[in-house]
Amino acid sequence: MGYPHEPHERETVVLSEHFGDPAARTYDGWVDRGGYRALEKALGMEPQAVIDEVKASGLRGRGGAGFPAGVKWDFMPKQKTRPHYLCCNADESEPGTFKDREIMRWTPHALIEGCAIAAHAIRAEVVYVYIRGEFTEAIAVMQHALDEAYTKGVLGRSAMGSGTSIDIFIHRGAGAYICGEETALMNSIEGKRGNPRIRPPFPAAFGVFGMPTTINNVETLTSVLHIINRGAEWYKSLSLSNPKSTGTKLMSVCGHVAKPGNYEITMGFPMKELIYDLCGGMRPGRTLKAVIPGGSSVPVLNREEAENCVLDYEGCVAAGTMLGSGGMIVFDDSADMVYQMMRIAKFYAHESCAQCTQCREGTAWMVRILQKILSGRGAIGDLDLLLDVGEMMTGKTICVLSDSCAAPVGSAVRKFRGEFEAYIKGARQPAVALV
Amino acid sequence: MHEASTHESVFTGKRRARLDEIMKRYPTKQAALLPALWMVQEAQGWVSDVAMAEVAEVLELTPAYVKGVVTFYTMYHQHPVGTYFIQVCTTTPCNLCGAEGVTEAFLRHTGCGELGSTSEDGKYTVIEVECLGACGFPTPVLINDDFIENVTPETVADILERYG
Amino acid sequence: MADREGVTLTVDGMEVTVPKGTTVLEAAKQAGVLIPHYCYHPGLPVAGVCRMCLVEIEGVPKLQIGCATPVAPGQTVRVNDSAEARNARQGVLEFLLINHPLDCPICDQAGECELQNYVFQEGRSRTRYSPTYPKRFNPVEDFGGDVLYVPNRCILCTRCVRFMDHVAGEHVLNVSERGDRAFIGIHPDRQLDHPWAGNVVDLCPVGSLLSKDFLHKARAWELDHAPSVCTGCSQGCNVNLDTRAHSVVRVRPRPNAEVNSHFMCDHGRHTHRAMNRGDRIEAPLVADGDTLVAADWDHALARAAEIITGSSGSAVALVSASMSTEALHLLKVVLEGFDVTGAFRVERAEGGEEPLAGVPGLALRSERAPNVAGATMLGYEEAYDRGVEAIRHAALVVVLGEDLDGVSPDLLQGGGNLIYLGAALPEVARSARVVLPVTTVAEEDGSFVSRDGRVQRYFQAKPGPGMARPSWWVLGELLAELGRGEPLASAAEAFDHLASAETAFGGLSYERLDLKGIRLEQRTAAEVTA
Repeated sequence: MGYPHEPHERETVVLSEHFGDPAARTYDGWVDRGGYRALEKALGMEPQAVIDEVKASGLRGRGGAGFPAGVKWDFMPKQKTRPHYLCCNADESEPGTFKDREIMRWTPHALIEGCAIAAHAIRAEVVYVYIRGEFTEAIAVMQHALDEAYTKGVLGRSAMGSGTSIDIFIHRGAGAYICGEETALMNSIEGKRGNPRIRPPFPAAFGVFGMPTTINNVETLTSVLHIINRGAEWYKSLSLSNPKSTGTKLMSVCGHVAKPGNYEITMGFPMKELIYDLCGGMRPGRTLKAVIPGGSSVPVLNREEAENCVLDYEGCVAAGTMLGSGGMIVFDDSADMVYQMMRIAKFYAHESCAQCTQCREGTAWMVRILQKILSGRGAIGDLDLLLDVGEMMTGKTICVLSDSCAAPVGSAVRKFRGEFEAYIKGARQPAVALV
Repeated sequence: MHEASTHESVFTGKRRARLDEIMKRYPTKQAALLPALWMVQEAQGWVSDVAMAEVAEVLELTPAYVKGVVTFYTMYHQHPVGTYFIQVCTTTPCNLCGAEGVTEAFLRHTGCGELGSTSEDGKYTVIEVECLGACGFPTPVLINDDFIENVTPETVADILERYG
Repeated sequence: MADREGVTLTVDGMEVTVPKGTTVLEAAKQAGVLIPHYCYHPGLPVAGVCRMCLVEIEGVPKLQIGCATPVAPGQTVRVNDSAEARNARQGVLEFLLINHPLDCPICDQAGECELQNYVFQEGRSRTRYSPTYPKRFNPVEDFGGDVLYVPNRCILCTRCVRFMDHVAGEHVLNVSERGDRAFIGIHPDRQLDHPWAGNVVDLCPVGSLLSKDFLHKARAWELDHAPSVCTGCSQGCNVNLDTRAHSVVRVRPRPNAEVNSHFMCDHGRHTHRAMNRGDRIEAPLVADGDTLVAADWDHALARAAEIITGSSGSAVALVSASMSTEALHLLKVVLEGFDVTGAFRVERAEGGEEPLAGVPGLALRSERAPNVAGATMLGYEEAYDRGVEAIRHAALVVVLGEDLDGVSPDLLQGGGNLIYLGAALPEVARSARVVLPVTTVAEEDGSFVSRDGRVQRYFQAKPGPGMARPSWWVLGELLAELGRGEPLASAAEAFDHLASAETAFGGLSYERLDLKGIRLEQRTAAEVTA
């Protein structure tokens, strides 16, 4: 549902069915709503059968990369000779994205159930749910639900009496966006700086504590229980455009729309309808200027591109961007794209882990160029420089934080060049003092 | 600053027991570092060099290692902060919706003057924080552990009434 | 581990075959292509963070880092032949210079700086970073030990941190903070005083970590480098002696996988002080009554030969275990016919050994002399007191490099005829009949035998003072004067003399020892008799 708003009839409510319903937070409330049936069913299945079901559903990672979840699980060793781990990535920090938070706040048992199913599938006995430190409420709700789940025998030595041991622990982050990158997340669990690791080795071979590990996003894991409950075929049928994008997707819509919130759509839903119908369109008197559809780290779309964009993995790529985490930032005609790009670059400069040269220095340099332009002292050459610096930052580092800074900035320079030039040519009043 | 004389051990009694319990969740002691640092901050309000040394000893790490980790994570305070630590999200989505006005309102009403400094009465510290992950509820503000949504410049004074 | 199986690949058109498991960067080196890099160092675990060694590999969509990418059969790697890779490197260089001060004129690293070199080689000629932007600034910090940290020059390659963590095994450095605010940190209560910490200065590719001892002493391009062997202990670390104006200003490790990897300890680094001592004997001295008077070599050698020929019975040789194997051998030959007590002493450090945790077999050894094994192999005994005592009844006493600490003047005066070979003349040795000035390790060619039986050469780094000559030359001339052979023309000939006389050294020559030495025990029987 479009929490915090009333659900819209055109939403496909699966994950968000119980958003806003405090009773669903409790164990009893969850069971009343059909909870833990999927886990019970999964525990009665062979792990490989669970993997095959998820593979058949076409479920792809909802954290941003869109890698098929079942395929990822299948990478785990079939012969278990060492401990296996599941890490749930609840470090939701991508600007514009706030869906995992709602899942944890309203349906903590759904996440626990999804985690337990996945743990069974990959033969992991321990699950770490890595929740960003700022999510104080989500952490409290999740902890309470975990305590309940242990008390009720859902977790522990013999999960739901199955004989399978499943432990789930919360690991609280402490303020680092990059810990949402899966290898950085593992380092953070290990008590290290959240530096992304070079790959190979990949987590399925050498993950957290050097053991085979799978990392899945909150939304991905929560989707799993519905796949087990209702079958891969049902899930696969939830697809409006491209058969490679299946199921529902929680779109976090924020910025300049009348009704920001989380909207659950079927893959392939038109962005235009999401904005104008579900979200109530622009604020009064305002028109759409731009959308960053996948969290701040993907290329920005102009109005025309946005209104023609289909919301699934392929549709976004066709529009020249990415579905990413589904965090849609909407800009209306009042938005200062130059200022907002500076703000985005500042975010990445703040969050760069400092390992790779291009990222450490490039993100900060971009901020300075953008601030110079905003101060009215920019030169036309600064725009090409921004593009070139962005080019030097793309595809060359351990993780994609650097690329994530370059993508929105570069696309904005190309698509909203006039706004940049206005500052440079003095047609627009300086917005920040030169630093 | 002569912290050594005033530092009280964090990991004694119940807290030590809690840390021992947490350590059981992980195959290495080092993995309990983030939780241990949270416990330090909970107990002392910030993470001093002396406290880092204590954590290092308990987890069989070196103080330098602990410091490297502490300085990576922005939520650990490396200096004392006000009784109420106010974090205002000003990243793009919130920025679009007027977050900077909220920051200004907090600075004005708390008397902090500028970002990062603590008000004279020691009650408040206001900082801008990068994305709090509640972009649909602009502007989210974190005051200590209280997550407050939909803050506007107009509601700041009322909110602060609860933290005084 | 790389196994014996070979993998053939092409790097910039050069075909090369390397063991399986080799990285692209190391393979390229063997093909003669240096892939520029900063964070990679063969003696450290791979970090893959500087992103300088990005190369194009045919069939792989993105550039790959050479330091962490293993070779594959038939791989085509492009380093300089790839515009994309060159652009990527140019980008890294430009990024690194954003926060790097252009203070090369006052930086100790200038001339041997990997940032300076690569920028000169392939960087942009002008920066695009606006001069109005601030550069990161942090004050210079004394890390303790011999190390200064200049954070403004730091490129965050983390070699120093990795060395301390993974090689020295002492986590005292860290990366602090994030993004472009990051710097190398040290806990306020700790010092970089590990016995091997000085290596971080060598490892630093830029002028960020500096040696206080070497600070502003020389510009890199003024230095001459001579391969040598450290005299600090019996480990035999391979080193380079860096000299400026005939003074050794720095001792740095020279890689040798079988001895010291890429490292040396701080104690060894300090040995250069002794090499520059000023109280040297600059001319042969011959006793004239109670005083020693300067003489030319012919005269002094003739006098020494006379003394030897005129003595018989027992002789004492007090030698230093820091003298070359050649000299120790030739002295033994000189004293043939005498009943010889050959003795040396070794300073033994109280703290015992100081191992470098990450390199098995590498330690600062407690015996603080480089040629203990050589002296022992040649029959000298670590029995200094007994040697000194034997002076009382000896007809002839020859001292080679030993400073005679604790020997009473009366004993020496009352003993046999004293011939003193040394670099400096201790007061007590003024009763010598002949004093023959010899050169130090820095001033001659020679060889030592390290504690594990490795024979290693050292090379002359600077001229000796005045008329001082290498011990092998002096003893060779003496042998000729005694009518027991032709004078030796070179240290190599002196070594050949040793090799033909001592079976343990049989078959060896300077040519064979080359720069890395040969371990005696590891030789096959065929090699020994060759």
